[in-house]
Amino acid sequence: MKTESKLQQILDNGQFGVTAEIGPPKHSSSEGMRHHAHMLKEHVDATNITDNQTAIVRLSSIAAGVHILDSGIEPIVQMTCRDRNRIAMQSDLMGAYSLGMRNVLCLSGDHQKFGNHPTSKNVYDVDSMQLIQLLRRMRDEKKFFSGEEIKEHEPRFFIGAVANPFADPFEYRVARLEKKVEAGAEFIQTQCIFDMERFERFMEMVRARGIDERVHILAGVTPLKGWRAAKYIQNNVSGMIVPEELVQRLKNAEDPKKEGVDICIEQIKYIKENIKGVHGVHIMAIAWEEVVPEIVERSGLYPRPKVN
Amino acid sequence: MIIAQQKPVKDIAAMISDCNKVLFVGCAGCVTVCLAGGEKETEILASSLRIMRKLEHKPIETVTFTATRQCDPEYIVALDNMVQEVDAIVSLACGVGVQYLAERFKDKWVVPALDTKFIGGATEHGVWEEKCGLCGDCVLHLTGGICPIIRCSKSILNGPCGGSQYGKCEISKDVDCAWQLIYDRMTALGKLDKLMEIQPPKDWTKSRDGGPRRAVREDVMIG
Repeated sequence: MKTESKLQQILDNGQFGVTAEIGPPKHSSSEGMRHHAHMLKEHVDATNITDNQTAIVRLSSIAAGVHILDSGIEPIVQMTCRDRNRIAMQSDLMGAYSLGMRNVLCLSGDHQKFGNHPTSKNVYDVDSMQLIQLLRRMRDEKKFFSGEEIKEHEPRFFIGAVANPFADPFEYRVARLEKKVEAGAEFIQTQCIFDMERFERFMEMVRARGIDERVHILAGVTPLKGWRAAKYIQNNVSGMIVPEELVQRLKNAEDPKKEGVDICIEQIKYIKENIKGVHGVHIMAIAWEEVVPEIVERSGLYPRPKVN
Repeated sequence: MIIAQQKPVKDIAAMISDCNKVLFVGCAGCVTVCLAGGEKETEILASSLRIMRKLEHKPIETVTFTATRQCDPEYIVALDNMVQEVDAIVSLACGVGVQYLAERFKDKWVVPALDTKFIGGATEHGVWEEKCGLCGDCVLHLTGGICPIIRCSKSILNGPCGGSQYGKCEISKDVDCAWQLIYDRMTALGKLDKLMEIQPPKDWTKSRDGGPRRAVREDVMIG
């Protein structure tokens, strides 16, 4: 189904998509986000707006979406299942649509244990798979999740989901991705890829099942600022794999930041040229948004296609 | 105790539709007391399924056994020989018992005959009510011995909400307002002033929100 999403137009046209990520702040000013959006707007097709990532209270992703849109970038509103039940989700989705947002990314969300309110309850009334169905039902069937009719102005989002090739059980990750496509996901962003060999094996299985022909897969990449960041992810972040050689390469670098950017560009070029079935990249420059334009340009992905 | 209720027989039948010989395991613990999965219920369920399958011209052979407790490895060891010959095991225990059986008999199809409902007790013969929310951080000393976590439909700690009327909860005339009960009891005890303290948000890490829980008593551990 065609939506008004520009990201969808680009991906459906067969162009290699580029998305980035903007994390809303832990305060009530839009200034920083607007600054980042202006910096990125010529270089990406859309940016994700994270939803209280790592369970830390931040400015609302939907409110942030208004600022991002106003700054000239199409937002991809992230929605986790951790903080809202199905009533709040549908309400917020209609609100987001009314404010001009056209892309939603469905995620489980990090457990609140990792955030700044570890004693809170979690919701998980619906899970990420069901959230995809909920969005589909609203858009394609013009129904609320309960089955009640939406008489007019149903929200018509381009529906995204995530996949993590680095979590276990490895083989089942591909089946679960297929399940998300069956549920109705139209684009997929992957967890940050550092272990390229594993991602290639993942994509081999994806192609074997023909999943890449049914959904747009955007490979997630992250420039690392130095070996300590790499080591931290390697040791402390569940569901991520950082090969030791990558840590060493950053450790031995004269200018680790430059090396981090170089590695990221190499990864993007490699993915684009060698891994079939990948339809774009999702650049997650965590607290390093300003480096994205350089990465996009040096990866040969600039200028971005123009869409109406 | 744990209150459970048997699933519809047709649902249980569907879970074992492709099996020819099935072991039905009852539990002499909570589910015997709440008349859901004791020896009697186990025999009745097994014979119901035999009759059902006979009528469908797909006869089934059943074996029955009632364990002292299914939530204790030592009491399910007795099943080791019984499980050899069967295609599936139907557990009439709470969800804990089902999982203990599934864990011990790794190559067997283990299915639940009951829905595990809540922690509570009988209020009259044949009626059981929920009394404890298993929050892991008891507040009954603050609320006159009435649990607001599970008996208030909103788990409100500083109730009652605006939906309480004539002693009933807004969700149903059949549900008492826990906060009316708390108020009445605290009034009777002359401790109404205790309800003036604003109760802070709970630490839900001690409940299911903190992830699967585990209790350890090192002083009684062996070895």
